[in-house]
Amino acid sequence: MEEIGALFHGFAVVLTPMNMLLMMVGIVLGVLIGVLPGLGGANGVAILLPLTFTMSPTSAIIMLSCIYWGALFGGAITSILFNIPGEPWSVATTFDGYPMAQQGRAGEALAAAFTSSFVGALVAVVMITFLAPLVAKFALEFGPPEFFAVYLLTFCSFIGMGKGSPFKILASMALGFALAAVGMDTVTGQLRLTFGWSELMRGFDFLIAVIGLFGIGEILLSMEEGLAFSGKTARISPKVVLETWKKLPQYWLTYIRSSLIGIWMGITPGGATPASFMGYGIAKKMSRDGAKFGTGQLEGVIAPETAAHAAGTSALLPMLALGIPGSPTAAVLLGGLLIWGLQPGPLLFVEQKDFVWGLIASMYLGNLAGLIVVLTTVPLFAAILRIPFSIIAPIIIVICAIGAYTVHNAMLDIWFMLLFGVVGYLFKKLDYPLAPMVLALVLGDKAEDAFRQSMLLSQGEVSIMWSNPLVGTITSLALILLLWPLISKALKIIRPGREGRVFTG
Amino acid sequence: MMGQNKEGGSRPVIASNRVEAIVASVLLLIGAVVVYNSVQLGARWTSDGPGSGYFPFYIGLMLCLSGAVTLYQALFGKLKNTQAFVDREQLKRVMAVLIPAGFYVLAIQFLGVYLASTLYIALFMRVLGRYSWINSIVAAVAVNAVFFLMFEVWFKVPLYKGIYEPLSFLGY
Repeated sequence: MEEIGALFHGFAVVLTPMNMLLMMVGIVLGVLIGVLPGLGGANGVAILLPLTFTMSPTSAIIMLSCIYWGALFGGAITSILFNIPGEPWSVATTFDGYPMAQQGRAGEALAAAFTSSFVGALVAVVMITFLAPLVAKFALEFGPPEFFAVYLLTFCSFIGMGKGSPFKILASMALGFALAAVGMDTVTGQLRLTFGWSELMRGFDFLIAVIGLFGIGEILLSMEEGLAFSGKTARISPKVVLETWKKLPQYWLTYIRSSLIGIWMGITPGGATPASFMGYGIAKKMSRDGAKFGTGQLEGVIAPETAAHAAGTSALLPMLALGIPGSPTAAVLLGGLLIWGLQPGPLLFVEQKDFVWGLIASMYLGNLAGLIVVLTTVPLFAAILRIPFSIIAPIIIVICAIGAYTVHNAMLDIWFMLLFGVVGYLFKKLDYPLAPMVLALVLGDKAEDAFRQSMLLSQGEVSIMWSNPLVGTITSLALILLLWPLISKALKIIRPGREGRVFTG
Repeated sequence: MMGQNKEGGSRPVIASNRVEAIVASVLLLIGAVVVYNSVQLGARWTSDGPGSGYFPFYIGLMLCLSGAVTLYQALFGKLKNTQAFVDREQLKRVMAVLIPAGFYVLAIQFLGVYLASTLYIALFMRVLGRYSWINSIVAAVAVNAVFFLMFEVWFKVPLYKGIYEPLSFLGY
């Protein structure tokens, strides 16, 4: 068990007082970000990224990943107490969480949500511990065509698995790629899409896009609804926690189902949000009390929280092992790796053992720390939510502006952030998904390089994508996924008796 | 992209499918620009391999395709959504944040991050939150003092001081 040894080495790396302190700071900041509207995992990490430029990569990733765990935990607080999902992945938690709070069982719901998050994350981290090195080892054999095939698979699965119009998903993705192409072409040195505007030479940084799309866009959306928070109070006593924990083991099957759904949705770029809906939907279908879902069932809180946290954690596996993030937040962390001078991808496991295993070890510790922090500090964070929106909103916009500025110390980036905010608002309202755009913006250059190198190898023949069984399988799988909406329709026509399973509740 | 800002006379400002059509047209336009620019740069095989426009060319085509289909669906589709995109009240609330945010960014350019942020937070609280002047100013100054300490003093990440550098007397 080589991995166990490496993991313990990782624990040794993490367990320094400085790193433990950063871990706690990260968790607290993360919960805060998760609780506040307009600040989420992705843009929260993006804003704080510049503060880590001077740290060592291991310390920096520990703090940033802990912000991410914290944000995953924090989303549940607002869902349950205020019926306002602080994060998109905690929307499904409101269905049963808020009714429980209305019945005066807020403490129980919160304890269950946090514990479920923890369980989901733990299962996913164990999976990462053993699977990531294998995937990385496997991927060491990859050449440009294989990498391009994996990129293709990533983006095709967005279209094939996504809900809503496939053309909108395609549009969002292509816009991301187009924005990524702006600036200097690294191969030929030509300027692309800059139209003689020298400031555009740097291109669009995805961090700016993330801060604008998720931060400003979210504020505009919240403003439209004219937010007035009216929340339930919550006090979590140790007694409530223990009583809730006693009830949880009977839902073991829900835990297993949701964890598996989460892991699958996290590794494929489905992400935490669809995972939470799917977890909720399936639990509703399979549970004996399915009909009572929505009226305050404990299981209705457990299922989405487990799935969301499992997905959020698993999204780091493809980022670490392949250099392909499974979620926008993972994409931001990947951007961080690049800034700290680390090349994400399979070689990371060979060349940067301390970093990789430190990160994996910090996932165990970070989630444990997160559980303890949220269970003990809920009233504090709930109090923060009582600060009126007209104070919170300008502060968040200021934070976003500062975050956008610090990425490159460029004033123009703040304007771009505002523009991305408007785009984010429009796209959200018109059901364009934002994740494909962010991922395309991050992966654009790398996908293009892989494509160019493949074409160079084959002298422009697309057949290189089927030149050996490995790349052929991945490419074919990508195309099947891309055409999946059509295929599933065709299957329904052939076998009209069987209805397609509907995942969302 | 700001096409929906024009005030309509009636209560629902604009139908969803109209906004949909505007956004799709913009995407179509961006796609066309990308294709045009790629062709200019060389979207074909050059002497030493794929040219600069080789990959973006297809990206542009994808944008055009998705823009065109979405535009068609928004205008002629059976399922087009003719409900209101925003009503006047909502648009007012959104603009109440967006327009001052634009002025705020403009103010940063001249006054720097700290002073502009202080003004912005104070005015936002006073005008939209209807707090008293004293409360607004105290809160705004306090928040920015924390930011100043955090960025300039602790993390040593200098923020933009503006063209006029009004805070230069602080020595940072």
